[in-house]
Amino acid sequence: MNRRVAFFLGVVLLVGGVSLRAQTDEEVEAHRLVLDLTGAFSNDGFKLRDGHWAGQIKPAERAVIAVNLYAGNEYWFSAAANAKAKKISVELYDESGKPLTTEVYNEGERASAGFSPTSSGQYFVAVNLLEGEATTFCVVHSYK
Amino acid sequence: MAALLCLVSAAMAFAAEPAPLQADQLAKAIKTDALTIPTPGELFAALEKPGKPDWAGQYRTPIPMTYRNRAQIALNLGGLIADGFIAVQAQDSQQVKNIGTDIIKLAKALGVSENVLSRGNSINEFAENSEWDTLHEELEATQNEVKASMQTHRDQDLVILVSLGGWIRGTQAVSAAVMKNFDEGSAKVLRQPAVVNFIKTKINDISPDLRNETLVKSVSEQLTGIEKLVTFQPGKGPSADEVRKLNEAVSKLMEEIQKKEDAK
Repeated sequence: MNRRVAFFLGVVLLVGGVSLRAQTDEEVEAHRLVLDLTGAFSNDGFKLRDGHWAGQIKPAERAVIAVNLYAGNEYWFSAAANAKAKKISVELYDESGKPLTTEVYNEGERASAGFSPTSSGQYFVAVNLLEGEATTFCVVHSYK
Repeated sequence: MAALLCLVSAAMAFAAEPAPLQADQLAKAIKTDALTIPTPGELFAALEKPGKPDWAGQYRTPIPMTYRNRAQIALNLGGLIADGFIAVQAQDSQQVKNIGTDIIKLAKALGVSENVLSRGNSINEFAENSEWDTLHEELEATQNEVKASMQTHRDQDLVILVSLGGWIRGTQAVSAAVMKNFDEGSAKVLRQPAVVNFIKTKINDISPDLRNETLVKSVSEQLTGIEKLVTFQPGKGPSADEVRKLNEAVSKLMEEIQKKEDAK
């Protein structure tokens, strides 16, 4: 099974929220890396949501994930990729696809974007692979 | 950890704006229960910002524990998990323990794994020690464990019903709290059209047998009306009357979900 098919199947299975298959070692590693990053936010009173999304990303490609946020909360969206990635970024967009100004943290293969919505509703989180080879990444979010 | 915090502070900046996302990118966005549907905890956290509501005033009388229909059990399990979050927000140890016991009873009825059942002990222990933040995490973990167990038992169609039950009960409690002390800022949290739309799409994907069950069909039909009631202009909150209408709609739905005789 090539990587493209594997990725497609992964997306299909995960769109129920819980994966039917066991996580790959690379996904487990990406999840571990992103949890390391969010520890800093937890110390600042942010609660880490017990849910994550892991998938593959290619150079110059971006993965877009729909989320629903509440006005009044503060959010941090964090992503981490495995070592093949040299630089990633996380961006946020409103429901019409307009980019939002966010607080950002970028450290090579780990990145976060912070945002406090004034309007409740749907937003989009985009993870970009800016430098490096195709790899596995994982996204989580924290809120307070 | 202090070093990491320093690193985070040092590397933080405000980002330059990237190009807008195109319509096809928005349409193809990944939607997953684990990130796209907010937890009741997120909703309740937002409502607390202007001032702590009377969470204890949002308790409901205990629901039956003897449902036989698996879809109805899944919907009620989601509702009970939302009740657990309400009790945590109210910092009420006894209520958390009562709800925790009920969650485990319903989870057992679905034949979920031992992992879920052991969560019951943890919930009791954290409630005894008033570890509210940990309880918050434990409830989210319990919900995810229930869903994971459903997947392994080939009950994946029921997963969305757990999320739906939680969303309805959470929206019922929040709309009631907003009505009690109305202000437009707090009411803004009720704008959630995309959540309802996503849940409707997921329900359309479940097996025809389950989709055509009396309760699931009725819930699904009512979601169309509820979607309209949670659709407002971005940045604008609903009026007091609109909140009342939403509360009536979700309360009617909740009544139907918890009614014993409705099981197929």
